[in-house]
Amino acid sequence: MTVSPLAAWRGRLAALAPALAVAERPFRSQLTVRASEPSAIAAMGSALGVVFPSVPCTFTAGSGQFGDVEVLWLGPDEFLVVAAPDLQVSIEEVLRGALGSSRGSVVDTSAQRTTVILEGPHVRDVLAHGCSVDLHPSAAPAGTCVQTLLARTGIILQVTGPDRCTVLVRSSFAEYLAAWLSDACVEYQAAAP
Amino acid sequence: MQLIPCPWCGPREEAEFHYGGQAHVAYPEDPSALTDEEWAQYVFFRENPSGPFAERWSHSAGCRRWFNAVRDTRSHDLLAVYRAGEPMPEVLS
Amino acid sequence: MTFRTPTGGTIDRNTLLHFTFNGRKLTGHPGDTLASALLANGVHEVGSSVKLGRPRGIVAAGSEDPTSLVQVEEPFPEPMLLATTVELFDGLVARGLAGQGRLAPEPDPARYDAKHEHCDVLVVGAGPAGLAAALTAARSGARVVLVDEQNQAGGALLGVDEYLDDRPSAAWVADVLAELRSTAGVLVLERTTAFGMYQDGFVLALQKRTDHLGFAAPAGVARQRVWRIRTRQIVLATGAHERPVVFAGNDRPGIMLASSARTFLHRYGVLPGSRAVVFTTNDSAYCAAIDLAESGVDVPMIVDARPEAPARLATECAARGIEVRAGHVVIGTEGAGRVTDAHVAPLDGVAGHCDTVVCDTVLVSGGWNPVVNLFSQARGKLRYDAELGAFVPGEELETVRVAGSATGELDLTACVRQGRNAGASAAISAGFTPRGQMPLPVSDSRCTSRSGLVLWRVPGDDDASFVDLQRDATVADVLRATGAGLRSLEHIKRYTTIGTAHDQGKTSGMIAAGIVAEALGVELADQRPTTFRPPYTAVSFAALAGRDRGELHDPVRVTAIHPWHVAHGALFEDVGQWKRPWYYPQAGEDLHTAVLRECKATRESVGMMDGSTLGKIDVQGRDAGKFLDMLYTNMMSTLKVGRIRYGVMCGVDGMVIDDGTVIRVGEERYLVTTTTGNAAKILDWMEEWLQTEWPHLDVHCTSVTEHWATIPLVGPKSRDVLAAVAPDLDVSNEAFEFMTWHDTHVAGVPARVCRISFSGELAYEINVTAWHGLAVWEALMAAGEQYGITPYGTETMHVLRAEKGYPIIGQETDATVTPQDLGMSWAVSKKKPDFIGKRSFARAENNRTDRKQLVGLLPVDPSVLLPEGSQIVETDRLPEPPVRMLGHVTSSYPSAALGRTFALALVRSGHERIGETLYVPVEDSLVPVTVTESVLYDKEGARRDG
Repeated sequence: MTVSPLAAWRGRLAALAPALAVAERPFRSQLTVRASEPSAIAAMGSALGVVFPSVPCTFTAGSGQFGDVEVLWLGPDEFLVVAAPDLQVSIEEVLRGALGSSRGSVVDTSAQRTTVILEGPHVRDVLAHGCSVDLHPSAAPAGTCVQTLLARTGIILQVTGPDRCTVLVRSSFAEYLAAWLSDACVEYQAAAP
Repeated sequence: MQLIPCPWCGPREEAEFHYGGQAHVAYPEDPSALTDEEWAQYVFFRENPSGPFAERWSHSAGCRRWFNAVRDTRSHDLLAVYRAGEPMPEVLS
Repeated sequence: MTFRTPTGGTIDRNTLLHFTFNGRKLTGHPGDTLASALLANGVHEVGSSVKLGRPRGIVAAGSEDPTSLVQVEEPFPEPMLLATTVELFDGLVARGLAGQGRLAPEPDPARYDAKHEHCDVLVVGAGPAGLAAALTAARSGARVVLVDEQNQAGGALLGVDEYLDDRPSAAWVADVLAELRSTAGVLVLERTTAFGMYQDGFVLALQKRTDHLGFAAPAGVARQRVWRIRTRQIVLATGAHERPVVFAGNDRPGIMLASSARTFLHRYGVLPGSRAVVFTTNDSAYCAAIDLAESGVDVPMIVDARPEAPARLATECAARGIEVRAGHVVIGTEGAGRVTDAHVAPLDGVAGHCDTVVCDTVLVSGGWNPVVNLFSQARGKLRYDAELGAFVPGEELETVRVAGSATGELDLTACVRQGRNAGASAAISAGFTPRGQMPLPVSDSRCTSRSGLVLWRVPGDDDASFVDLQRDATVADVLRATGAGLRSLEHIKRYTTIGTAHDQGKTSGMIAAGIVAEALGVELADQRPTTFRPPYTAVSFAALAGRDRGELHDPVRVTAIHPWHVAHGALFEDVGQWKRPWYYPQAGEDLHTAVLRECKATRESVGMMDGSTLGKIDVQGRDAGKFLDMLYTNMMSTLKVGRIRYGVMCGVDGMVIDDGTVIRVGEERYLVTTTTGNAAKILDWMEEWLQTEWPHLDVHCTSVTEHWATIPLVGPKSRDVLAAVAPDLDVSNEAFEFMTWHDTHVAGVPARVCRISFSGELAYEINVTAWHGLAVWEALMAAGEQYGITPYGTETMHVLRAEKGYPIIGQETDATVTPQDLGMSWAVSKKKPDFIGKRSFARAENNRTDRKQLVGLLPVDPSVLLPEGSQIVETDRLPEPPVRMLGHVTSSYPSAALGRTFALALVRSGHERIGETLYVPVEDSLVPVTVTESVLYDKEGARRDG
């Protein structure tokens, strides 16, 4: 039996609609990859059916033997590979194979962070209450992926659409994030029709 | 809230960074070959200039990369940032 | 009697608002401030002064007012607000203050928040110049934020009845505002005061969002918001404040700035009084006099300090029956509360002739002070403008432009032109191209000439001539300061307290500087004005805190097993941001009894704790062993796959910074554990060395702290419990040795089990993914039920390890303690050529025999519990101070296993003192203690294998 960090928050997060649609997407396969050799990075990408991001603060998506896979840029030689649940063991194996003898590492970090999907016309407003990064569409278009602070917790923020973001948060900070989001949404709930 | 231009992520608020003291203080090749005084110089002594100062920063809440910055200690203006391993650029203070 | 005009102003006369002031029930209208409503009711006396208890009134119409401090009592108590900036609402209850208010004793139910906003051009001030700047920048396509402290745009235009392009100026304002509001990328914030300018285009602004709604404020909406604005370019169109002239008796209620009286008239439809004497040094007050006279106020006289009155304006005054006395000044006033008379005399030869004019109002104008606060905060240099008698922006900044009367310009069309130019150049600097230049409006204003006389004060009774009306600081105080030898304005400000009240000297600072310069006989141009600091206007702590209060004040980190701890009555201890179970009291138990029970159960049967907070770092790469050999004092590269080693890390200074176990997962892979509090710090430490010193090493570190739930299963029965839930695992001592690990399944879940012990007992540490943590914990509880398995918290963990003499980093150590001091020379490699800290161990200081070393202490009376932190002395009687302290108690507990109390301590030459008796001052007595080795329980290590 598995329990996700925000399992107890499901109802409270759902109740934030229509101000903001908030839902945890638990148990996703997540692997932290360190690699710097272009050939190794390319090999890992082809193994997963996705081109690893080469531009800082972006993410890429693709599809292959493990279905839809996203790769988040975390640093000049650091990526987070994200896929559907229960694939982490096989993805780790494939990535290790692709990395071969090149410098780097592959670590299963699936339970290190949980994922929260935010959607709605107020998503940038709500985040702007605690995030100092410019989230204006001109500055943070879809495809943006920044590691930054949201209020008092670190997050990975993916902009996935005009009114849609994905936030990854360390599991131990997930309840703080949920409490903060709930509080930040109050005003938009009050204003909602 | 000052902005610090991370060489990878671009300008971010100071709160995302950790300070790492003076840059270009290399770990000695062979510490055992140093006198107590020379070793103490490495461990305890750092510059404290009024003016441009090369120092290390880590984008700890972001990409976690260490980099170097030349900061004017009088104004806090960052005159240059450069990646770890790169030589210190010429700056005009 | 009402002082409300029959028509005019932007108030809603059809709606009546009821409010209470100083116990009096009064009425006003929407659009009023508390100040305008009071004046409309003929109330001038608001409060009294802080030191002298003299009556204080309303001097200005806005946030520069030095005197009208009130305490709002309802809807919620709030101290130190200005009547001139409190918007009136129905049911408001307020009272005047004597310089100090009262904070509410109960929590503030209102919400406060913050919001980040990014723009290309920030314009501060929505007067004529600011509007022009904002519109010009907006038309270029830039992202523009326009903030203004008033509840409506217009700035100085709100206080006049002038026309622009033959239309009321409000129409021009409305047109500009409408275009701004309909332009994409423009944010207009009313009731928003930019109060602080910081580096890199960072501006803080406070928006009062629902204050004006009073009781009707909606509950879910943040009452005030701190806008954290990050902008590329800034246009300051912050306007100018009218400056008074100091004269004897200038502090009486009824004495007001001339332009403020004009604002009360035109914006609020309020007359300042019945009979007003106007005292001026420049043209602008003539317009106030004429407007008031036309509105029915008896204006007997304009007292103009200049030798000659302006001819055209004087003629207009004559036509209205206003006498103009050129070359004259007000030298004093009368009045028990409000002013009743003004004494008028020639400026030269004051002593000679004097006229007394009966009046209930004196309107004063000494010229204009550009509002340079924000420019100065942005480190802009100021320059003294002798013609204006004020400091003005003295340089151009790369990202900050100043426009309008904030530059000292007083002509309206010129102000708009400046705004337009500033907006255009700001847009260009931000990378945009201005288009569609707005036309300059033509004003019908008659009083914008800046040909004034700079006059700081009228000579007279210095003790009655007030410079700072809020601080009760007079000309005499200033002269006392200069007389005492003070020269710098910064020093004089602190000596006299001028400019240190809520208004930060908006009306008094310049005058004080002028009087000082005169007294010292120096040029103001050579004086450095006092530094302007944030905040420009008062900001409440509640607003600064925003939503960072209550449960959001600081994140609470919890483990996957946390809900179980809560459900089973654990009390929690804060460890960093983590909540860790401290102990699990049963009915009637306190800390000591619960911990004794938990310790006993664990040592005699089996106990279990949540160790998920331990830091865990995956270290991979060909050079992983080499790297760890440099970081740890002992050797890690020789560790065999499948085995575990305890290690200590030191800083370059040789002092212990962390400890933990290292697991060799594979040939090129280790898992390192850190203490709970140091998880992030040690990962940073590793990255620092890898990235900045040894980038050639093939090593990568990844935090997996929260990926794993970690459960130490401890005690002689732990093997049986583990066997029950891990059927695949051979748990025998031979197959599963101490300091080895195995991957297996626990309760059906993939798990890594390590045989390590932090208690000396047979123990296992079970690691599963955090998602499975709770289920595995519950399975272990069920499997251990027959052995009375006991969950225990951090306190029991501390006792168990202390009985074994295991130090806790940060409790036994404090950045001055070496491994040798801890008695851990065995963990310091002699073979490795180098590791971090090694060279420092050879320093003379590190080899002193009198270093503080970790030892055990047994109080001679086995029931005495030494307070942690107690000092340790050598003698059974305290000598005269200074008393030589030998060290301090780092840990102290009652022990179930030892049947007595014990302690760990850092003691000078401790290792040599084993067996000695030392003394610990506890309250008034000296408690004798025996020094022992730090290991007190199971010294032979017999219990390790169960």
